[in-house]
Amino acid sequence: MNFIRFIRECIKIIFRGSKTYYAWLIFLLLLLLWGGYGYLGQITTGLIKTHMRDSVSWAFYIGNFTFLVGVAAAAVMLVIPAYIYDWKPIKEIVIFGELLAVCAVIMCVSFIIVDIGNPLRFWHMLPFIGTMNFPSSMLSWDFFVLSIYLIINLFIVTYLLYCIFYGKEYKKSIVLPLVLISIPMAVAIHTTTAFLYNALPGRVFWNSALLAPRFLASAFCSGPAILLILFQILRKTTKFEIKDEAIWKIAELMVYAMFIYLFFTIAELFKEFYSGTENILYWKYLLFGIGDHKEIVFYSWSSILMGCIAFILFLIPKTRKNFLTLNIGAVLIYGSVYVEKGIALIIPAFTPDVLGQIYIYTPSLTEIRTAVMIFSIGFLLFTFLSKIAIAIVFEDYNIISLKPGKKIT
Amino acid sequence: MKKENSRRSFIKNISLATFSAIALSGCNGAAFDQFLQKNFKTLSKKEKDRLIKELENKYKEKYGKEFHISDKPALEGTLFGYALDLSRCVGCRRCVYACVKENNQSREPQIHWIEVLKMEKEKGIDFTHSTAQYNPEKVPEDGYFYVPVQCQQCKNPPCVKVCPVRATWQEPDGITVVDYNWCIGCRYCMAACPYGARHFNWGEPNVPVNEINTEVHFLGNRLRMKGVVEKCTFCVQRAREGKYPACVEICPVGARKFGNLLDPDSEIRYILENKRVLVLKQELNTQPKFYYFFGI
Repeated sequence: MNFIRFIRECIKIIFRGSKTYYAWLIFLLLLLLWGGYGYLGQITTGLIKTHMRDSVSWAFYIGNFTFLVGVAAAAVMLVIPAYIYDWKPIKEIVIFGELLAVCAVIMCVSFIIVDIGNPLRFWHMLPFIGTMNFPSSMLSWDFFVLSIYLIINLFIVTYLLYCIFYGKEYKKSIVLPLVLISIPMAVAIHTTTAFLYNALPGRVFWNSALLAPRFLASAFCSGPAILLILFQILRKTTKFEIKDEAIWKIAELMVYAMFIYLFFTIAELFKEFYSGTENILYWKYLLFGIGDHKEIVFYSWSSILMGCIAFILFLIPKTRKNFLTLNIGAVLIYGSVYVEKGIALIIPAFTPDVLGQIYIYTPSLTEIRTAVMIFSIGFLLFTFLSKIAIAIVFEDYNIISLKPGKKIT
Repeated sequence: MKKENSRRSFIKNISLATFSAIALSGCNGAAFDQFLQKNFKTLSKKEKDRLIKELENKYKEKYGKEFHISDKPALEGTLFGYALDLSRCVGCRRCVYACVKENNQSREPQIHWIEVLKMEKEKGIDFTHSTAQYNPEKVPEDGYFYVPVQCQQCKNPPCVKVCPVRATWQEPDGITVVDYNWCIGCRYCMAACPYGARHFNWGEPNVPVNEINTEVHFLGNRLRMKGVVEKCTFCVQRAREGKYPACVEICPVGARKFGNLLDPDSEIRYILENKRVLVLKQELNTQPKFYYFFGI
């Protein structure tokens, strides 16, 4: 009964807000409608509405999925430095990190659902009711770890907010072990996603042991970028306190991650281009195009460029400690990793295809609209959840302040 | 007060009943049954028979034709193997179209289970420099040879390994099949297949009614639906009846050979023992049962 009350009060918070808040919601809803209408076309006529075909059978959707797994993973991994460096608001960092993770995982699952030909048969993948191919298929592993990750994070966050709402002390014996589990789980979800691609010897572009390490490094660039900006917004608009030093520390950690990511990529490029085997073809398509087919060259170089600028901005202490350049850098690295995971990771693995034939893929309008739909759902969800968390954590929205007697006095 | 209460509960009940009635009529019985359909491999003999009977009726209603749907299991002591004589193939692509017809492949959007690649004699078997898009007046063209590629029926199939729902598996006679009712359409198998042998129904498949082959196998050439993966099954509907696959029968130059690898007197065994044989992408350890050889 207490819990139902808690949920009811949470829902009430969602509907309270300033004009800007409502304008933001309406903006997201409009995007959602525009995207959703595009997706409706895909549901009725099939995936033929996308530009995927037998040669390039996976593309933009699964790329988005991969990117968001990274976001989900990095959001929680940020708890480690928060703990080690003893940033004061560790509880808040845990709450907002995990909220982001929850939204990102929900978006991941949505991208898988729109990508499969028979979304209604999704239950075939469940253990016991369906026939999950566990442990053989990496996709079932991925589904498995993502579900557990979602449940753990959702539980921790709800429990913490619930305790704060009722003014109770949360039980460390419950929260601490779960947070400690969720950190290696964060590593696990992104590693498993990398293994999903790695497990296919027929696709040499992915068949590199560096794939999983590169995934983790890139996730540690893009995930904290979102939180970096979120923390600044929270600091401006709520009672949330985080020192400049802590924000710079996150930026510093991101520099390490960017450096490792760059190093891994250079190592990969050296191996491919110096050995110059047939397998170089995929990298050539990514970076220079094959013959007249230069469709994704623009994407790959813009990703490289954005990444390099962000790296320099974060590397130089002066620009790292200037909030304007810091935020520009955060947006750039986010964009860089998004393009890298969304386009540059997937498309070259299929171009040329396994029989050497070239099919040129770029996302169709339906694919973009569907992605917009999922992103606006994600943003909407994250807005609602953050709003609830902000009210409960910073604005003393709790059971005591809601008592009618209290208000009169 | 009491009266009002009972009226309220009456309204509640009636609205509940209406709601469930609408919900039930919204998804008719057949669609609901289809949604709850189990994996073919887990069905009992009785359930399979019922399923097939229903499907035959459904096809009759839809196409006005009498179908014969078989679910004949693998014969004991058979392991099917295929051999293709590269020195004979002229690249005419009759096999491609015979396969389309026999196996009810969608015409629009177009699906071909066999892809014939034109390669330069100078370069040997080299996919990178090959092309599937050739259209000369006459084949074969000077300086080129042709490599038809279809499902290689691997002994160690990567596609089966990756399927998250066990919708595809290798039968005891070595044929890898797909349960179209169970496939969720994630296309992981297509990413895993090193031979491009798996094909997806991106849209609603389309076969002209007068060209439909009504002799079908449940795990083979029966009509597919939107959003599922399909592939060559060595014409399982023919092979298990002791017939040659359609591509073997149509080949005008006799480049295609098919038989039981476990039968020491079979033609396929003769080829393996006496000819220079190769398999595609041997380094991937997929162990194809589809062999290429040079007969002359």
